[in-house]
Parts: sequence; C-alpha cells; structure tokens
Amino acid sequence: MQVVQVDVVVVGGGGAGLRAAIAAAESDPQLRIAMISKIVPMRSHTVAAEGGAAAVVRPDDSLDSHFDDTVSGGDWLCDQAAVEYFVAHCGPEMIRLEHLGCPWSRKADGNINVRFFGGMKVQRTWFAADRSGFHILHTLFQTSLKYPAIRRFDEFFCTDLIVEDGAIRGVLAIEIATGEFFLFACASAVICTGGAGRVFRQNTNAGTVTGDGMALAYRQGVALRDMEFVQWHPTALPGTGILITEACRGEGAILVNRDGYRYLQDYGLGPLDPWPRPKAMELGPRDRLSQAFWHELQKDRTVATPQGPVMHLDLRHLGAKKIHERLPLITEIAKTFVGVDAVKEPIPVCPAVHYTMGGILTTVRCETSLGGLYAAGECSSVGIHGANRLGSNSLAELLVFGSVAGIGAADYAHAAPRRDETSMRKQAEASARRLLGMLTTTGGEHLATVRGEMMDSMEAGVGIYRREATLTGTCGKIAELRARYRAGLQLDDHSRAFNTEWLSAIELGFTLEVAEAMAHSALGRRESRGAHMRLDGYEFRDDENFLKHTLAHHGGDGPPRIGYMPVTITKSQPRRRAYGGAGKKAEMS
Amino acid sequence: MKTASTRNINIDCLRYEPAIDSEPRRQAYEVPFTDDMSVLQGLQYIKDNLDGSLTFRWSCRMAICGSCGMMLNGKPALACESFLRDFYPGGVRVEPLNHFPIIRDLVIDQRDFLVKLESIKPFLIPGDRKAIADGTFLQTPEQMEEYYPFSQCINCLLCYAACPQYGLNPAFTGPGALALLHRYNADSRDAGTRERMEIVNAEDGVWSCTLVGYCSEVCPKAVDPARAVNVNKINSTKDFFRHFLMPK
Repeated sequence: MQVVQVDVVVVGGGGAGLRAAIAAAESDPQLRIAMISKIVPMRSHTVAAEGGAAAVVRPDDSLDSHFDDTVSGGDWLCDQAAVEYFVAHCGPEMIRLEHLGCPWSRKADGNINVRFFGGMKVQRTWFAADRSGFHILHTLFQTSLKYPAIRRFDEFFCTDLIVEDGAIRGVLAIEIATGEFFLFACASAVICTGGAGRVFRQNTNAGTVTGDGMALAYRQGVALRDMEFVQWHPTALPGTGILITEACRGEGAILVNRDGYRYLQDYGLGPLDPWPRPKAMELGPRDRLSQAFWHELQKDRTVATPQGPVMHLDLRHLGAKKIHERLPLITEIAKTFVGVDAVKEPIPVCPAVHYTMGGILTTVRCETSLGGLYAAGECSSVGIHGANRLGSNSLAELLVFGSVAGIGAADYAHAAPRRDETSMRKQAEASARRLLGMLTTTGGEHLATVRGEMMDSMEAGVGIYRREATLTGTCGKIAELRARYRAGLQLDDHSRAFNTEWLSAIELGFTLEVAEAMAHSALGRRESRGAHMRLDGYEFRDDENFLKHTLAHHGGDGPPRIGYMPVTITKSQPRRRAYGGAGKKAEMS
Repeated sequence: MKTASTRNINIDCLRYEPAIDSEPRRQAYEVPFTDDMSVLQGLQYIKDNLDGSLTFRWSCRMAICGSCGMMLNGKPALACESFLRDFYPGGVRVEPLNHFPIIRDLVIDQRDFLVKLESIKPFLIPGDRKAIADGTFLQTPEQMEEYYPFSQCINCLLCYAACPQYGLNPAFTGPGALALLHRYNADSRDAGTRERMEIVNAEDGVWSCTLVGYCSEVCPKAVDPARAVNVNKINSTKDFFRHFLMPK
C-alpha cells in the first residue's frame, strides 16, 4: 500500500471540493493538498446544475430579504446563524467567480443579469444561460490548475476515513485504473462528495451521487442531520429523470394538467393573476409544487405517457428568441431525450428526487464532530436549507461553505501535531483486505438486485407523502437488504484494473446506510414540514414537538439511533409559511 | 412520445482487460430495448443483467459531463445521447475513443488531454486587478459572444478521436484544448494572450492542424474547434510579423 503524505485531503472534486481546495491553496501556497475524486473533477454532478446561484445584487433587494425567503422556504428548520452568514457571503463569491472568468449572463449595458427563482421574492439568481453549474464547475476546475499546491488524484475512489482518538488521520482510496490502495496520511480533510439521490429510482442525479461521503463520516460516528428531508424537483423528464430547470418557470413558463388547467392555483399558490409574480403559482417552492403533482395524480388529472404520468411545462409564450437565449440546454435536452421542440410544444415533466437537504452535521464553520474533519456542499448539513431548499441556494452554498471549509482545514493542518502512523496503517490494511475480499466472494446475490430493491422500497416508503406503515416497511426492508449485502455479493468482475462493478458494490454499501438513516429519520418525525409530508394523522407542522433537527447516529449493523437537537433561531420566529396571495406583477428582465 | 414496445438489438463491444487479454477482442450482447433507450442505457442493461464485467465510464446521462464518449459504428459520439433505435436493425459496434490508449474495455486513458488542458493556461489572466468590493467587470453581450461559444466545451474528447492529425502526432495540442485556449484569449477580461501565443505558435500548436474539420462535425456542443484553430492561425501569422517588426 502506497502512503502519500499530505496536509489536507479534499474528497470530491465538484464545486464545493474545488472551491475548498482553491481556498486552502490561497490561504497557504506551501500546503500540500490532495484532491481525491472518483471521477475527473469536471465530470462532477455540479456540472448538471442549470438554473443559477443566488446572491443579492439588485437595489430593491436586501440580505434580510434573502434570509427571510430562505428561512421561510425551509419551513423554519434552518439554522438562522448559518443563513445569516450564507446570505452575506453569496455576493462576494459570485463576484469572485466573475473575476475568474465565469460567463455569467449579462444585460445590454455589460452588467450581470439575474433571474427569478421559486420562493425568492426578488430576482437574485445569477445565471449562465441554463448551464450555470457547468460554467461554475469548469471555471473552478480550470482555475484550480493554477495552484501547484493542489495535487489531483483523479479517479481515486475513497473507501474509508481513518480516525484515531477522535481526529481524522488519513483517507484510504483505490486508484481506479489499477485497483491499488493508497493511504493519504493527512492532518485534516474536507468531505465534498455531494448528495445521495441515487438511493431512489426516479431522480435527476448523476450515477455518481451515491452518498459516499455521508456514509464515510456516519460510520465514524458523525451524525447525519435532517436526512428525512429529500427534495423532489417538480420538473424532470419522465423515465430518465433528467432535470428541466426551474429557470424555465423563472423566465415565465407555466405548468398545466391534462385539461390545460394551471392546477397550482388549487394548492395554496394562487390566484392566477397577476402573472408572473414572485413566490406564487409556478414561482412557488419545490416542495409545494411536487406535492401538488401528487394530489393531481390522486385525482387522475395528470397526462399518461409510456414513461409514467406527467404534467405539461409550457414555454411557448416566451417566444423562440428568449427560449434559445436563456434556456438553450433544456431546449436541446427536450429535443434529444423526448423529441419535443420546446418552442412549439410543452415539455412533459414529473417530480424526481433532486437533492438531500440533510447531511453530515457541521458547525457554521463546516467543522464536524471529529477533529480536522470538515464537510461542505450537498453532503453536509450546515443548516441553511431546513426542511426545503430554495432553488439557486445550493450552488451559492458550495461556494460560500466550500471556501469556509477549505480555510478551516488549512488552519487546522497548521496546528495539528504529526503522530506515529503505525496503528493508522494497520487500520487501512485491514480495510483494504476486507474490500479485496469482495472480489472473491462466491455464491452471493447480484448487486443490481439488491440496489433495485432498495430503490423501490425507498420510492414506496419515503416518497413525497409518507405513512407510518410504509415507513416501517421500508425500515425493515433496508435492514434486510443490509443483511443480504453483508452476506456478500457475487461479482462477475474479479479484476483489479478499473473494476467498476467492485466500486458499485462498495457504493451500494454507502447508499444502503444513507437510505436507512433517511427512512428512520422520516419515521421519527411525526409532523409535516417542508419536504417531509405525512398522511397518517401528522398532516400539520408541529412546532411544539418538532421544531428541532433530527440526528441519525450510526448503529453498526443495526438501525441508526435517532436523536434531536435544537434549531438556532436568531431573528425570525416561526410563522405560517405562505405563498401565493395578492401581489404585484413582476417586471421580467 | 414514443411507444414502449420492446425489440432486440445486437450491441457488439470491444473488450480488453490487460491482465488477461493479449489484445482486444469483441463480445456481442443481445439487448431488449424500447425506443427511448440510449446506447448508454443499453450498456447499463448489459452490466446489470448480462455481464457485470463490461467496463465503461458514465455519469450525468444528459450530455453535459463528457464522460461517455465512445466510437459507435466507427463514429465518435456520446453514448447517452445516441439512441439504440437509430442503430436498429443492424446493431451497434461500440469501441473506445480512437487515438487514446485503452485502460480497459471502453475506458480510455485521458491523461494526455488533461496535461494539454493545463498547458494552455485555461484560466483568466487578468490585466486590471480588481478587488471583490469593486464588483464585476463590465462585459457587453457582444464582447461575450466573442468567446462564449468556445466556453461550451465539455472535454468529452470526441474531437480528439475525430482528429486525424492527433492520431498521427499525439504531441499536437489538439482541437479541444486549442478551442479553450481561444476561449480565454478572446475574453475581454483576459490579458494572457501573449503567454498563450507561445503554445499556439509552437510546432505542435495550430500549425499541426490540416483543416479536416471533422472535430467540429462531431462536437456535441457546437463548439467549432476548427474555427478556433483557424482564427489562431491568423493570429499566429500576425504574431510572427509583429515579432519580426517589433522584437521583444
């Protein structure tokens, strides 16, 4: 086993990981930073984000307004100190990206433009057409090449965190091309591995979004917070789950059911006029829109297609010029994947799992409960999203908190003493032996079988609406699947070099544990809040009993232990979460 | 929307596991498909149901991450946005991208491109330093248009697989990296052209290109690397005469 001596390890090369690595390298150019990513960084799922990133810029906007939208959007489960820090730092991060070359869309006078997004009172979403994540990721990746301090380990698959005496000591990874193990001995580490959407079947996420970092930290005793809050994006393509950006609605697109009726007016988002206006109808938050779809489905008012029930997202009134200028990617996607010309026909859409609001519990400074271990981006729960994330807050989050985590990890590395590595190496070698054993298991089940059953059970039990009976069923099912997984999977591929079946099997171990944390967290929350909706007598928000965060603690081979912690409230006391209602017609830029 | 009726198609894959195979071999699979299924979904079907050892890269499955470039019936393409129905009934031959070493099966070694990408300084080299507090640079939509199309490159390497010159001379900087070089040179906020022209002018820079133009034809994002290379031939010529008239 090769041992690589570094100061800081960054696990994950998406937006958060790259921002963290750049921040660490800028804080100390002498630092040895290893960026470990299971895919080459510009392949990371940040690339698929479309709509944009939030930051207050207009004269009619304010940090307080962004704060209020975020906290009410999160149904008061946000940690308000984190939100205050967040909204204050979004603007500087967007400007920094512009200085690095990010091609933000512009107004005629050369200033950057902003668009509307769901649940946001004012236009504050910075965008690069509808390829915002792509441009952010490539700008950060290409910029990262400037820093000699950042040494990339592309296509290295992280399998274990090595922890001793409550502090991170190393990171174990497989070099994918060869199947060889590498131990990165480090003083600090930042987990930036993204979400866990692939726990579900119908989702917008890339195949790589398997909750790796969440599970790695969770296994080491770090709590996963608020895992029951899973975001269904209301507009994905049926079948594939490919994302059709909320920016469509930000630019004025409408949603209609099989009768051509704008059904959102029936679900607390109306009245219809004046249109468009912020925080109403199609500019409502994602949880409410996906829930409205579910209700329409019960009433049999969706449109049937071979890929399942859909609604129609209609852009036609925007006109060809605006559609091609502002939404070129989704125009291309609609044409390629469903054969629809968005200028002439509505796009069929349905909800799909998009984002995990919960994640690795961190402080506002991105610290976990382990010394030297930080987390940022979708894998983390720094506390800004609460029970429902607003669109365009996640790209902003990975910049703001990626930076915080990178600087924190750099500072920690300076202060951390070097210690004897003997026992750490032993831990790593034991893990490597266990993982190599997976290659030679005979007689077990096929991994696609176990993975498929997990996804189906999560869809059935931990969907948009939940009941105790189905949640209990899923908890039992995941426990059973974990036992079957432990009994060993039968791999067809016994090679070391680029064995993606082996890596998928390791990922399945991660996803099963994250799925279990989600199901048990959801079972425990006997109320409805944000993206967590119950149908079994707990249909309303219950601040008296549940204005608190859920914590899932790893329970070894058994189920997680569920605990709770208070929500940090600084200036916004919980009130009724209202959308729609009267309002002024918005001026569209 | 297309119907969900199922037909069968032959997917004929190149297989190569260096620890076992002395040279690449072929393996064909019979795959049931519906009209909405991509070649990538066909490969995933094989991996999940027929042969877990078939090895290929993929991630976003929506033609933006650039992972799944392959040769499909001899043409470079993204497997995720190529559809099995378009290969029916003849079937599809799937091979790794041309001109790159094979690591395994359909997986190529992309490190050469990553080194070239780094060599062209693909980041803004600003002329005027500006503090964050001073806000963003001004850039009109017209100024953006100068570089914007070249910023769409997803690094999928289809253009390298299409480029006969890269096949003959792997030292050639190549279409994708040269398009990105031009993306930064053409950006009104950038002042790094001088530094990058050394790469443009070098023997393995733009002058290696023989203007076949196949790179632009296969580009899934209409980046038109051939145009970027051509513009830089002109710039390189100008640069030559400028050096001649006004030595440093």
